[in-house]
Amino acid sequence: METKNIMIVGVGGQGTLLTSRILGSIMLTAGYDVKLSEVHGMAQRGGSVVTFVRYGEKVAEPIVEEGQADVLIAFERLEAMRYVQYLKEDGVLIVNDQRIDPMPVVTGAAQYPENIIENLSKKYKVYSIDAQSEALKMGNPKVFNIIVLGMAAKHMNFKKEEWLDVIEKTVPPKTIDINKQAFIKGFDF
Amino acid sequence: MLGNAAIARGAYEAGCKVSAAYPGTPSTEISENLVNYPEIYCEWSPNEKVACEVAIGASMSGVRSMCSMKHVGLNVASDPLYTASYIGVNGGMVLVVADDPGLYSSQNEQDTRMIGRASMTPVIEPSDSQEAKDYIKLAFELSEKYDTPIIMRTTTRLGHSQGLVTLEDRVEPADKPYERNAAKNVMMPGMAKQRHIYVEKRLKQMSEDANTMAINRVEKGDNKIGFITSGIAYQYVKEVCPDASVLKLGLVHPLPKKLIKDFAASVEKLYIFEELEPVIEEQVKALGIECIGKEAFTVQGEYSANMLRKVLFGTEPKVKAEEVPARPPILCPGCPHRSVYTALKTLKIHAAGDIGCYTLGAVAPLNVVDTAVCMGSSISTLHGMEKAKGREFIKDWVAVIGDSTFLHTGVNSLMNMVYNKATGTVMILDNSTTGMTGHQDHAATGKTLMGEPTYAIDIYNLCKSMGIDNVVEVDSYDQEALTKVIKEEVNREAVSVIICKAPCALLKGLKFPNVCKPLSDKCKKCGACLRPGCPALTKNEDGTVSIDMTMCNGCGLCMQMCKFGAIEKVAR
Repeated sequence: METKNIMIVGVGGQGTLLTSRILGSIMLTAGYDVKLSEVHGMAQRGGSVVTFVRYGEKVAEPIVEEGQADVLIAFERLEAMRYVQYLKEDGVLIVNDQRIDPMPVVTGAAQYPENIIENLSKKYKVYSIDAQSEALKMGNPKVFNIIVLGMAAKHMNFKKEEWLDVIEKTVPPKTIDINKQAFIKGFDF
Repeated sequence: MLGNAAIARGAYEAGCKVSAAYPGTPSTEISENLVNYPEIYCEWSPNEKVACEVAIGASMSGVRSMCSMKHVGLNVASDPLYTASYIGVNGGMVLVVADDPGLYSSQNEQDTRMIGRASMTPVIEPSDSQEAKDYIKLAFELSEKYDTPIIMRTTTRLGHSQGLVTLEDRVEPADKPYERNAAKNVMMPGMAKQRHIYVEKRLKQMSEDANTMAINRVEKGDNKIGFITSGIAYQYVKEVCPDASVLKLGLVHPLPKKLIKDFAASVEKLYIFEELEPVIEEQVKALGIECIGKEAFTVQGEYSANMLRKVLFGTEPKVKAEEVPARPPILCPGCPHRSVYTALKTLKIHAAGDIGCYTLGAVAPLNVVDTAVCMGSSISTLHGMEKAKGREFIKDWVAVIGDSTFLHTGVNSLMNMVYNKATGTVMILDNSTTGMTGHQDHAATGKTLMGEPTYAIDIYNLCKSMGIDNVVEVDSYDQEALTKVIKEEVNREAVSVIICKAPCALLKGLKFPNVCKPLSDKCKKCGACLRPGCPALTKNEDGTVSIDMTMCNGCGLCMQMCKFGAIEKVAR
């Protein structure tokens, strides 16, 4: 099997680490060699963050580079646009339809681009969801990232039950049910 | 397993008994994982020099010990390291030092291997999580075999990547007896002269033995092209040229000269692929071997497989990046630092800055911090300015420093101000934790790394005890009180310390019962509330403001900025 490349991008604090750990552990359970690369430290403070997950028979490099991602999961629209060139030609972009203004936009030094999802859809295979609203409807705005993961999971070769199993083992015990519900919401969207 | 977790595991398996460290990205998780192994005593020391000396003492007494730090931490620990290299060890001793190519969370991009060479300390470098675990075990053995401390150099990409690791059991090496040996352990000139001879001999021997060490391995392949590489860079070579001949170095100082010569002779074209400085390359060239290194590969930033492809094959990805606004890191919503900086900005005061989240006060929209050099430097740079240009010059200046950074090395600088008759104002931004690295305890939090309650150093009384009459505590969120105190203290003809107190907004266990709510009918659309740059606030099309309730922690800064009462605090 050729090595598969997945990227998770978002804004520091959106929970990219938890999502990548769920991804990493489902691949491990399936017996693949897995490498994961994370961002810690100052970059986490509201900045643009990237996590790479690679799996296959034998993985050398821990990072995904331009033109290589099979699946790009973006927790925010602008971040989807920032990293879309990492997608393969036939790669899939899963994007959470949320806007978080970066500081240059807040201070008026830059404009937040309009119609990001529409424009990206012209060139790439894009699936979008307003996971924030869906999560709010479920009563816990924090699980939006698991909804997005559920949506992305459809484009990877693992069964729904395998995902739910891994979620049960990875998230804090008190939040297992809500996270499972969130995953199913995204998976069946 | 995270590379840093694998390092902790390796130390456990090697029978390490004592570990000391100061938090620093990308090394922090090593200590945080060591806590999982009760067989190892581990601590946060106030700085890396102290941590290194704790490890030296433990080694002298006869047990295996380690200390870990980020690359710039080794600068602080250099003083003990250079001499510990002369002394050698009793129990094995390893320093894990994490470089940060690409500066994800650092103030410079220095290469630890250069300090290894300068201090005549051997350096080993793993290339994935499994090797991180295996190499630290080997490092303890080499340390004892060659009577030397060993540096294990890692990088951000290694420490913060996860890979598969096979676990093994812990070995319990017997504690070595302590024997008084002044000729080895007391470095006065006469003794050090003798030890210097030993150190030279040791390096020569190790360089010889390195030719046959298993961690320096030749992977025979196509002889048209060969690579000498180490660490994470090795993975990029394997990704791009799985069939090339590779000399993978695990020991990067001292180098195996014969092995390198033989390998170079066996390939037609030789590349040296190493991140940061041309440490291997210059030594290979000094052997009279022709090779390609930094003329093709940069000394800056992180390497990647694509970068290697570009040099070897001239290929580049077809797609170009879209033009998008940058998203630099910012202070979190409800961060107490934002409030303090807002007060300084209102008063048009410059800040000599320091290392921590609060360095972000240097960028828009706050633009308050003018300088940042290294840990503890804020106080001494302000002092230098006063001595250079006089008291009038620093009347609109303060030094800002975090609580953890103050205890790290800021405290010495404050002693200097008192002693040398300074009149500057120091603001200690006390958020009750080491914030940027992810909430580690320190000497003033009342809790140890191992989770035990302990005496908490009282920063107020510490400053008082130095002879500073004017030490004031103020609530970081109270704009009125801040403005009043800052004005008073910068005008005072004596050293003063303002301790701004409020816990980091991300600290675990904190409850935020209130949120701030805009009242659009009272809003005059002046934008004053937006000026501090809180990410929870956005400007609506009509000029009024929205506040994201999931981000807001009700700190009330925006409310204090509003002159029209158009923001109120309500229960969540």
